[in-house]
Amino acid sequence: MIPELGHFALILALLLALTQGVLPVIGAARAIPAWMAVARPAAQGQFVFVAIAFGCLAWSFANNDFSVLNVATNSNSQLPLQYRIAATWGSHEGSLLLWVLMLSLWTVAVSVFSRQLPEEMVARVVGVMGLISVGFLLFMLLTSNPFERLLPAAADGRDLNPLLQDPGMVIHPPMLYMGYVGFSVAFAFAIAALLGGKLDATWARWSRPWTTLAWCFLTLGIMLGSWWAYYELGWGGWWFWDPVENASFMPWLFGTALIHSLAVTEKRGSFKSWTVLLAICAFSLSLLGTFLVRSGVLTSVHAFATDPKRGIFILAFLTVVIGGSLVLFAWRAPRVGLGGAFELVSRESMLLANNVLLAVAAGSVLLGTLYPLFLDALNLGKISVGPPYFDAVFVPLMTPAVFLMGIGPLARWKDASLPEIAVRLRWAFGVSVVTALLLPFVMGRWTPFIAFGLLLAAWIIASSAVTLKHRLSRSEGGLRARLGAQPRAYYGMLLAHCGVAVFIIGVTLVKGYETERDVRMAVGDSVTVSNYTFRFDGVQSINGPNYRGSRGTIDVSRGGKHVRVLHPEKRIYHVQQMPMTEAAIDTGIFGDLYVSLGEPVSGGAWSVRVYHKPFVTWIWGGCIIMALGGLLALCDRRYRVSAGRHEAIVSGGGTKGAAGEVAAG
Amino acid sequence: MAIIAAGLAALAIAAGLVLNAFQSNLVFFFSPSQVAANEAPQGKAFRIGGMVEAGSVKRADDGLTVHFLVTDTAKTIPVVFTGILPDLFKEGKGVVAQGRLGADGVFAATEVLAKHDENYMPPEAAHAIEQAQKAQKSVVIK
Repeated sequence: MIPELGHFALILALLLALTQGVLPVIGAARAIPAWMAVARPAAQGQFVFVAIAFGCLAWSFANNDFSVLNVATNSNSQLPLQYRIAATWGSHEGSLLLWVLMLSLWTVAVSVFSRQLPEEMVARVVGVMGLISVGFLLFMLLTSNPFERLLPAAADGRDLNPLLQDPGMVIHPPMLYMGYVGFSVAFAFAIAALLGGKLDATWARWSRPWTTLAWCFLTLGIMLGSWWAYYELGWGGWWFWDPVENASFMPWLFGTALIHSLAVTEKRGSFKSWTVLLAICAFSLSLLGTFLVRSGVLTSVHAFATDPKRGIFILAFLTVVIGGSLVLFAWRAPRVGLGGAFELVSRESMLLANNVLLAVAAGSVLLGTLYPLFLDALNLGKISVGPPYFDAVFVPLMTPAVFLMGIGPLARWKDASLPEIAVRLRWAFGVSVVTALLLPFVMGRWTPFIAFGLLLAAWIIASSAVTLKHRLSRSEGGLRARLGAQPRAYYGMLLAHCGVAVFIIGVTLVKGYETERDVRMAVGDSVTVSNYTFRFDGVQSINGPNYRGSRGTIDVSRGGKHVRVLHPEKRIYHVQQMPMTEAAIDTGIFGDLYVSLGEPVSGGAWSVRVYHKPFVTWIWGGCIIMALGGLLALCDRRYRVSAGRHEAIVSGGGTKGAAGEVAAG
Repeated sequence: MAIIAAGLAALAIAAGLVLNAFQSNLVFFFSPSQVAANEAPQGKAFRIGGMVEAGSVKRADDGLTVHFLVTDTAKTIPVVFTGILPDLFKEGKGVVAQGRLGADGVFAATEVLAKHDENYMPPEAAHAIEQAQKAQKSVVIK
């Protein structure tokens, strides 16, 4: 009964989505206020029904209703409750439902926080989001109904993939999807601007917070996925350039370009067409990411769902959305216009260069990800494109981008002077070169790679400090007053840039100084890895709620002093009989000790991985700082004041932000 | 104009860089039959795939070096790997290995991949077996 209710709620949601997608858009085109007014209630109604459907599915999982095919395939009565609920989005069908739930949530958020927007704009934005929702709901109802019955019911379920039975996996997909789907708001704003033919600074100010918020979620989602892979896959890697990771990384790159481009559109009115194109690209790649992961076309650890028929639907959907929006772009972009002009050396040109670099980087990831699929589809042989390709492309592309991160914030809008910037930044440059030359010696070993990584990180931090100092010098009053005079968006930018620096430090130091030893260890054996001595004290058998396994005891000491005891596990999950490695990690700010069990070898000995990963947590810490920077920028007061008041502030006293901006240039 | 020219130059450099890296980092896949027919390159890394032949896994005394045979049901290639095998590496199951072919005909793997699903065959491995079986059938028909 409950699953049928859920199914019915989905159908009602589809009807409401259709209404939401058609009436307001036509209403906006023909200026019929009553039709436009449908947008908000339809969006809110759709959300209610999608939420009911999601609740019904979660209920079926929580109550072990194995007469539902989806539950029978992805859950089990032995599975602990929190994972049964997480299993709701562990499957292909469930993750689509989560996607639509997120989409309707974003739509409701837009409908609630858009009071100051013109009615036509709201109608178009909400309408476009409704049409996207129609596509996904149709896809679900036609090819992947999450409520499909299994009669007679299964006695018990086939269990959730043990890899997904992990707290990190519980929150990774919702975060990632919030990011993916969040770009639909930026996309809808872009399409609305194309339809209306009006794109100005106000438009950019409206779509900026939404884009930044989506970007924050995506950043956190990717970070959680990377962290999960690190501790769950059992061999201590944090990024594999796996197609599924790439699928989430491409929208991130375009999203990063988009938030920078939106800044220019808001402040200077330039880059209009480019901003629209980036919004289309970011969302298209989010859709492509969903398609790549969920259609089973990939050969990777992530491809849990495998059904090419669904792929054809998504492919058709992709063609309609991407093709349609690009045609609309080609047709309407000339009306939107290009915006203000700027000189070769200006903040605009630097942001443009950053945008081009990010877009090229995304393009190169796309090439490396899709090329093997194309060859395979055309029967031209099987190839794989591994991490060396991505490393070889990424470092040279990102180096100038990082360099520009230091210069850009100091450059004046419209026309900047290179010698002036050079004078300002000479100390920052000196400090970073000295850091790069000396710090690696202090840390133990100097290599060009480590020095280069530290140079980039130090450059970002030092140039950010210079920018801040310069900006404060242009304000008046005491230090506190000066600090308070800067807008939060500015601090958000600095924080996010420093997050990139922290991330680079993490990557550099872990790659430069990590020690990985795979060893055979009998009981009582010791191995020393970067001054830490690991003693293997044997294994015991354990019994978990839905698995059995072996639990090793490894005593870690340093210079004779006891550090701690680590317990890596090897689990066999009852239902799928699948072995799983649970690494034991001693996490620290300056490095992780990572131990995982391989397999039993002769004479009670085990093969064991013993790793020392210096500064590895900085990688994820850097991502968190980036996301926090985004959130801080979101809190900027200019996004909160209502339209009327905002105009007053802009024309009156010259917002402190804007004044500071001019002064800083 | 200058901006456009600079942009184009940057794009050209980037494209060159990307394509060059792409060219030199492609890893091709060969089935055991293709390796046996000397189609695989000597001295360049490639991937092989197939099934781990039942009863072929032998561990050296150091506990870390493993010898096994990868088969596509027609031909068999000996593989050696030093390190810890993935959780789902099992005799009779699909496997993909990346490495180089030694002069002695033994494939020295630097990386062994087995997929994270008990009943799932890596597509490359499935493809190799399918090809080999097709080839055998056509021989019989002739």
